[in-house]
Amino acid sequence: MIWNPNKECMSRDEMSALQGRRLHKIVAYVYHNVPFYRNKLQEMDVTPDDINTIEDIRKLPFTTKQDLRDNYPFGLQAAPQSEIIRIHASSGTTGNPTIVGYTRKDIGVWSECMSRCLTAYGVTRDDTFSVAYGYGLFTGGLGAHYGVENLGASVVPTSTGNTEKHVRLIRDLGISGIACTPSYALYLAETMEKMGITKEQIKLRVGAFGAEPWTESMREEIQKRLGLKGYNLYGLSEIMGPCVSYECSEQNGSHICEDHFYPEIIHPDTLEPLPYGQVGELVFTTLTKEGMPLLRYRTKDLCSLMDDTCPCGRTSVRMGRIMGRSDDMLIIRGINVFPSQVESVVLSMPEFAPRYLLIIDRINNLDTLQVQVEVRQEYFTQEMDNLGAIERLEKKLADKLKSVLSISAKVQLKPPGTIERSQGKSKFVIDKRVLK
Amino acid sequence: MTINQLSIFLENKKGTMLQVFQLLKQANVQLIATTIADTVDYGILRILCDEPSRAYQVLKEGGIAVALSDVFAIELDNKVGRAADAISLFASEGISISYLYSFIIGGKGILIFRTDNADKAREIIILNNMKFVAESDLSALL
Repeated sequence: MIWNPNKECMSRDEMSALQGRRLHKIVAYVYHNVPFYRNKLQEMDVTPDDINTIEDIRKLPFTTKQDLRDNYPFGLQAAPQSEIIRIHASSGTTGNPTIVGYTRKDIGVWSECMSRCLTAYGVTRDDTFSVAYGYGLFTGGLGAHYGVENLGASVVPTSTGNTEKHVRLIRDLGISGIACTPSYALYLAETMEKMGITKEQIKLRVGAFGAEPWTESMREEIQKRLGLKGYNLYGLSEIMGPCVSYECSEQNGSHICEDHFYPEIIHPDTLEPLPYGQVGELVFTTLTKEGMPLLRYRTKDLCSLMDDTCPCGRTSVRMGRIMGRSDDMLIIRGINVFPSQVESVVLSMPEFAPRYLLIIDRINNLDTLQVQVEVRQEYFTQEMDNLGAIERLEKKLADKLKSVLSISAKVQLKPPGTIERSQGKSKFVIDKRVLK
Repeated sequence: MTINQLSIFLENKKGTMLQVFQLLKQANVQLIATTIADTVDYGILRILCDEPSRAYQVLKEGGIAVALSDVFAIELDNKVGRAADAISLFASEGISISYLYSFIIGGKGILIFRTDNADKAREIIILNNMKFVAESDLSALL
């Protein structure tokens, strides 16, 4: 099923024309309402009249997270405060939080796009859907919630925490869909197994997973343990929240709601746009947003875009899996390391649970990388009952990591359940290096 | 010809060993012998007890990484040099012993070990008239 075929299946030419018209309009809007953008555009000698087609986007300045912090709290807001009906804030662990105000129309667009996502996953009015993203300042909870209501399914606002109660609700209410982080889905599976509830006793069939990076092996693991089909849901609060892109039944890239959010891929250093298929930093321009429109916002997420036709019938551009974040990239002994590389190795070995922790330190001026992984309970058999066997398994993983990362890592095997679980975004990296 | 030993993979961290023993205590499991092999980061705790299968289930349900290992248990005269004599028989046949421990129960010396070649070890034990100890024998000596 397709929620909005007029937009989701538009011909490429019509889409470009629509994007061009909307881009002109949004540039004029920020030029007249946001001093930050007016100053930037004037410095570059660009006026709204120079922006007429979507290709003209290359004339526009980029916006960064730092710009949002520098203009905290309302410097980039374009709509008057009286038009703002909701304010979200992203976590401000490294400075000022990012404040995003939404007008009534913005909330409408958000709900519309979220409904497109849910419909692509196969959710209908007949479903009972649990939203297990955190409700509150984080956009996940309320964003998904409004989408489910707009679609007409029954929403159960479970939020995070009290996982045992959640499992009981899933069983007793016949909940058929869930939106949460992939790591919370695994935590839910664990809790369910501890409570002695099997996947045959529940009716979950659709999972909308996002808000943190995950891999194909993690998807398989979640699907197997919860008995559902898991789909990627992508979004970021600066642009809107969850709803920016979504997988369809093909599960081959996520369709972008590009009539509202125009995507580009740029080289993170040269900032030059890259062609389809190449991996670089994902950049979004909001084409219709009123509260806080952003021009060419650098997401720091690394991925590629695909423009080939999808068998599902949607014509929109798709984004590939997030390979990492340009600011997540660790430089260890001069080598670029992405946590996702370690994850792919760990998940390729059946001996290990999909939990890992990277600990980076600097000892005697040399960077060290330690990788902690959990051995699955069922894999600890009598063949593993001696230190030699454990060391051999450590070496097996260390060798694989070395071939993928090009640097050596010290592997530490841990008993099941001993790497800390988080209910929100998982923390996979601890960097202890003190850099002067 | 072998007996069941609980092998437990433990993090080298305060309280982890206690958790195992508490679970066994609550399940009313009687211990016969315990030993631990440890490294800086982790340890393998090995336990002989009166009801290994039930203890295994209890620990597994408690989320502990536990395995049931088949280990050889033989009875030796409680005299100087008997262990050396026994081990030399395996060594001369090129069998490696991956771990070994011993204890005295009811005045009898018991040698527990695991090898890389169980069939060959069994043959040597039989040919040399060494005495296998069954789980029930151990429980009877408690």
